[in-house]
This record gives sequence, structure tokens and C-alpha cells, in this order.
Amino acid sequence: MTKFILRRLLSFIPVFFIIVTMLFFLIRIAPGGPFQGGERAVPPEVLEKLRETYNLNAPLYRQYVDYLVDLAQGDLGPSMYQPSRTVTEWVQLRFPVSLELGFYALLVAMTLGFLAGITAALRPNTITDYVPMSFAMVGICIPNFVLGPVLVLIFALKLGWLPVAGWADPLDKVLPSLTLGTAYAAYVARLARGGMFEVLAQDFIRTARAKGLSETRVILRHALRGGVQPVIAFLGPAAAGLLTGSFVVEQIFQVPGLGKQFVDAAFNRDYTMLMGAVLVYAVLILCFNLVVDVIQAWLDPRVRYG
Amino acid sequence: MRTALTILVLAALASTLPACSGGEKSSNTLRVAADTEPAALDPHLVTGFTEHRLLTSMFEGLTTLNQKTLAVEPGAAESWTVSDDGLVYTFKINPKAKWSDGTPLTAKDFVYGWRRHLSLNLASEYSYMLWCIKNAEAYNKGQLTDFDEVGAKALDDATLEVTLAYPAPYFLSMQIHYSWFPVLQSNIEAFGKIDDRNSKWTRAGNMVSNGPFKLVEWNPNQIIRVERNEHYWDAANVKLDAIEFYPMQNLLTEERSFQSGKVHFIETLLATKIETYRKEKPEVLRIEPFIGTYFYRFNTTRPPLDDPRVRRALAMAIDRQSICDSVMYGAASPAVALTPPELAGYTAKARIDFNVEEARRFLAEAGYPNGQGLRPIEILFNDSEDHERIAEAIQDMWKLNLNVEVTTNKQEWKVYLNTMNALGYDVVRSAWIADYLDPMNYMECFVTGGGNNRTGWSSKPYDDLVEQARYCVDPVQRYELLQQAEAILLEEAPIAPIYTYKQKLLVSPEVQGYDINPIGYLNYRSFSLASATP
Repeated sequence: MTKFILRRLLSFIPVFFIIVTMLFFLIRIAPGGPFQGGERAVPPEVLEKLRETYNLNAPLYRQYVDYLVDLAQGDLGPSMYQPSRTVTEWVQLRFPVSLELGFYALLVAMTLGFLAGITAALRPNTITDYVPMSFAMVGICIPNFVLGPVLVLIFALKLGWLPVAGWADPLDKVLPSLTLGTAYAAYVARLARGGMFEVLAQDFIRTARAKGLSETRVILRHALRGGVQPVIAFLGPAAAGLLTGSFVVEQIFQVPGLGKQFVDAAFNRDYTMLMGAVLVYAVLILCFNLVVDVIQAWLDPRVRYG
Repeated sequence: MRTALTILVLAALASTLPACSGGEKSSNTLRVAADTEPAALDPHLVTGFTEHRLLTSMFEGLTTLNQKTLAVEPGAAESWTVSDDGLVYTFKINPKAKWSDGTPLTAKDFVYGWRRHLSLNLASEYSYMLWCIKNAEAYNKGQLTDFDEVGAKALDDATLEVTLAYPAPYFLSMQIHYSWFPVLQSNIEAFGKIDDRNSKWTRAGNMVSNGPFKLVEWNPNQIIRVERNEHYWDAANVKLDAIEFYPMQNLLTEERSFQSGKVHFIETLLATKIETYRKEKPEVLRIEPFIGTYFYRFNTTRPPLDDPRVRRALAMAIDRQSICDSVMYGAASPAVALTPPELAGYTAKARIDFNVEEARRFLAEAGYPNGQGLRPIEILFNDSEDHERIAEAIQDMWKLNLNVEVTTNKQEWKVYLNTMNALGYDVVRSAWIADYLDPMNYMECFVTGGGNNRTGWSSKPYDDLVEQARYCVDPVQRYELLQQAEAILLEEAPIAPIYTYKQKLLVSPEVQGYDINPIGYLNYRSFSLASATP
């Protein structure tokens, strides 16, 4: 197992390097730059000075080498667009919020998803299958930029139970988490149903039932372990998706997470901030995939020795 | 399930414990929706309108304006005199004026602030606002290294003498702009050099400011909270205890926050929401004039748009009234000139009206009767629903009125700017919001080779008139020169004015003393809340 983890960790290095390199050049290929003035022209002398200050006048390879040297020392530089904080500070400030939102959303997704999926799988093609699965279908189809405002309309504006936006009180966090979690809950439900359905039809389940075990015990002890496999495989991408894909929800609910910062950085051509945000996400996705691999290996010996 | 829920609730509670200990919130707090998270809170580094909103609460320039009439009133300076040639301004700093840490405010703080803003190493994108001071431009560009040669002198702690490069009658009203705000040398240099862009001096707890309020909390993308500055010279007349700014980044979220009472007013209602509010809640809706012009630029270097008759034909074939009514839901008024009407007492006499007959005649004269032989024209705009609907309306009008084929091209903001600056377009959506209250601000955009020209258009008589107006001392003659310049601009039509902006606000009846003025200036001193009045 240790060897398995080490091997995966080592493979991160070239992947990370490739991401840095591609990103560095790709964002510089995009038309426009961080300093070009806006609706108002900026005096050329000032623009020149800005480019010089942020090392944008040097030849591209030189900029790249300088960036790598700084990166190796853990220095991501100041944000070009929001100069009073460094990229590291922005990430420290905003990433925990995304992490927190993603965590709640994942809880929502797992709780709702498993309940619906398992319920459905127990009595296939009956009303207890159709109802949760129809909801799951709807959940997949409604994008969160629709779901969010609808939830706000009902729970905040009509009923007045929850705040419309913000991220200060505990109640502020309910609607964004629900909005972000629901679509994933739908996927989890479908995957859990499929996995459970398959496992429940197998011989060892029949054996367990034949032994006279209670239905609860059969499901929880025997079926679940195999039945959750597809969901676990989905968790890696889902967790990454919840974190990187949260920008729409962040915008709707005024959540100060990294997702919005990331998208704004792209629009503002804030090179340093954009690099920083993408690198954080890249590391995160790599780690999630590793964790999922480890869990899968633990659950299923065939993966471990395969 | 129960465990999961318990964990969820506990985690949520735990993460907000510090927020709960923030103390009692006063009811006398104005809550405002800010459109975006500010790029910075450094008055010498920012360029945006949101930043203007924020910084005006924390800092104060030499003058302020009356919230209602926009008349120039004393700010940090209690009085001033102007020399006969309009070139030398002598300000007396208010002896009661202090920084938020209690340090007395002096004339030197202004000189220091301006030296900082003009230093090339700081590389401020808005430093050109100060170029009307003698030698400021040369110093800013690094051609001059001795700040003593720049026309800003502190004669003593209480006296500030400013020598201008040319008489700028708007100089006093301009002082409300953040580019002119003073900063405290000891505060700046406690956190870095005078020209350090990445300084931490603007953080809450670090910043010392001289305005009616001081910064107490800056939690990016969540809240910026300013509280009454007890050292402010006119603190007795500041009615609010605090202001909270919520950066929303989303116009729909802003509107919902207003509905729920989270904020007292929002300044950018979506045009599509106007009708609903007119019908259901007219008492909170305010549609007011604003000094900004929405217009199209023509690329005068590209045939057939190099022919002024073609440009004028196109400009005359736009039914502006219909755009304002149908596309903008009445939240705009037709613009027939570049300058918005009644700008500091100036209304353009020349105009481009909607006149299909005349437009067809111009097009025929240029050699394209009924649009025959004219290649398709492309309208470029940046990604936004309003811009798209306007471009489509104009596309229809040009086809219908002139039989000209039009295509539209939507680009992302930075790409659009790039294309516009490189003159890689036929017709491009543009706008100009006045930096200061004077028609000169509009006219100077289109001088030959000017950074804001962006049309390739050049006219010697126009340049001469603008230059003469710049150095003209007599106000009547000065406006006459600008009238002549604008007449040339509209005659040759490198631009087609479309509409004058209007502000679209939702204001809670709670808010008092909020007289909306056409420059969107907020003098927070005049604000109060109904519920807080005893």
C-alpha cells in the first residue's frame, strides 16, 4: 500500500510541471493583458512601468524561468489586479471558504443521494423507485443558476426563513450548500441505486438471506460495501467539481470563495492570481484522486494488486 | 443521517464563532450594495466607480459638493482664493481638520499625496487626472525628477498653493475625485515606501484617513465596514454611526438583497426589472439622469467608413427614442451629441438627429444610393445583454432605413479592448462617463492621437479649438470654442451618440438626505436613517 501511494505521489511531479508550463504560456496567448487600460486609456509611460514592475517586459522564456524560481520558493507574487494582497494571501483568505462550502455540499449530496439511491434499489420498478429517481433526474437537469434563485425566492423572500446572500451567519450557509449539493445528490442517487441493484442480485446476498440474516443486516453489512463502489469512484471528480465548480453558487449567494476569484482573475488577466488559483485546484484534484484510489484499493483488493 | 446533520450544524456553528463576537450592531448603520470587490482601497491605485463610493466615505479632498445642488463647498480646505488668470489657487486648510488617529491635517499631506500619486514607480493608471498641475505630467512621466518644480507647494502647515498648467475652471469640483485625496506620510511609510504598490497600509487597523468615516473591517468579497471618525472636523454633522458595503458582484443578488432588506439601496437595477418595479413598488424606484454617454465609434481608417458622409448617414439612421423606450425601458434618454446636456452649464448646440431622408441622401452622395455597393458593416461590442440588444436594434435600423447589411460581433471585455485599441473593428460600442464636470473632458478624448480617440480620426481645426479652449480664461468664450469643436466632431461623425445614461436605483424609504445628483456623487455627511432619528 505504501509503495502504491508513493508511486502515485511521484507521478504528481511531472503532472504538476506540465500544468504549470501549459498554464503559463496559455494565459499569455489569450488576447489582452493585465495592463492595457479600460474604457479610459492609460498613459503609455505608466503602462510601460507597470509591465516592468511585474516582469512582463522580459523575454517570455525569462519570465517563465523567473516564475519557476519564485514558485520553487513558494512565492506566487502579488495579485496584479488587487495589488494590496499577495496571491498566497488571497488563496489563504478565500480557499477555506470554498472548502467549507464544498464540504457541506458533499454532505448534502451524500446524505440525500444515498438515501434516495438505496431506497430505490430495494424495490426496483415500484413507486419507491420511481419517485426518488424522478427527483434525481430533475436534480441533474436543473442547473444551479436556476435552482439557487428559486430556493432564495421560496425560503428567503417568500417565507423569510433564510438570508438571501452572505457568508457570515450559520443560516447563510444553508441555501448555497443545498444548491451546490443537489445536482451531485442526484448523481450519487443514480450511482448508488445502480451499484446496490447489481450487488443485491448476486449469489452471496442470496446466501446471506438464506442464512436467515435480517434485511437490515444484509443491506448494511453485505450489500453496501460493494454497492457504494461506483459512488466512491465518482467522489474524486465530484469533490473536485464541488470545489472548482462552485463559482456560480458563490456569485448567486455572495460567498467569498476562491471560485469567483478564479473566474475574475481569468477575466482580468490577473496572471499571477490565475496561476495561483489553478495550481491550488490542480494540487487538490491530484490529491482527491489519490485519496479515492486508496479508498477503492482498500475496499476492493482487485484494485490493490491489479 | 443524524450524525451527519449534527456534524453539519456543529461545523457551521464553529466556523462562525468569531463572527458572533463582533459586538452589537448599531441600528444607525447604512447598508449599501457595492457592485464589486474593490481592486484596492488605495486612492492612488484604483480606477473604478465602486472604489469611488468606498473611498469618499473614508477620505476627503480639499472641497466637497452639495449632495443636492453640486455646489462646491468646503472640505478639508475651509477657504480658497483664485488668481485673476485662473492659474494659482491658494487653499487654507481647515484648522480643525485631523486624521483619524488625531494627527492634524496639513497642507503637506496634500503635497505628499500628490507626489505619491504622480510618482512613476507607483504607476497609477489614473495619475493623469493631476496633469492639470504645472509640470505634473513631466514629473509623472519621469522627465522631471525634482518635485519642487511641480506646481504644488505647502507654504506653511495651513496654506497650500497650487499652480496650474492651464486655467481649469473645473479644478475645484474635481477635488472630490479620489486621485486628489491626501495621505499621511507617516502612515504610508510605516508600511513601505512612498511608491509601493503592494503596501499593506490600506488594511483595516492600518489605514489612517481624513474623511467622515474610518475603515474598521475589510473582509474581501463579504463586507467593508466604516465607522464614524470622531476626529473628523465636521463629525458633529455626520448622522450615521457606520456604513456597511456589501460587494455583490451579481446584479440579481443585489436586487434580492434589497428586497429582503439586507441593503438600504442599490445603484444598478437591471433594465429588465424596471417595469416590475414601476407597477409594484414605484415608491422605491428612482430613475435619474447621469452624466455619461453611450455611443458608437466608427473606424475612420477603414473604407467605406473613412467617408464622413457614410458615417453621418449611419449616425442619422439610428432611432434613439425607440432604443431608449423599448430596449432600455426608459432608463436612458436619447443623445444627440457627445456631451450630456447641461454639463456644468454646457449643452451642445450641434446635434445629430434621427432623420432617415437626410441619412439616405448622405449615403447616396457618398456613392451608395440605397446602400448599393456598400460592404457589410460589423458592430463590435463586449459581452453584455444590454449591448447585444442595442446592437441588434441598430442592425435592424440600418438595414431598414439604409439597406445596409450589418453583422454583430461579441467579444469578451479584454479582447474587445484589444480589438478597439488596435482599430481592428468597423463600428464599436463605447461609453464615456465624465471624470470631472466639464465638457472639456469629452472633447479632449478625440484630439489627434489621443489615447481615448480610438477611431483614427484626426482634424486640425478640432485640435486647435480644443487647445485654444484649454488655455482660455474667459468662461463664455471657452464654452464657445468647445461648442465649435463639438460641431466639427458631430459634422464629421467619427462617433454616433446613442443615449445619455440614467441611474437606476432602488432606495429604501428608510434612507433620508439622499438627493440623487447627475454625477452619482454621495456626500455621506447628509445621509441619515429614518429609524435612527429620535
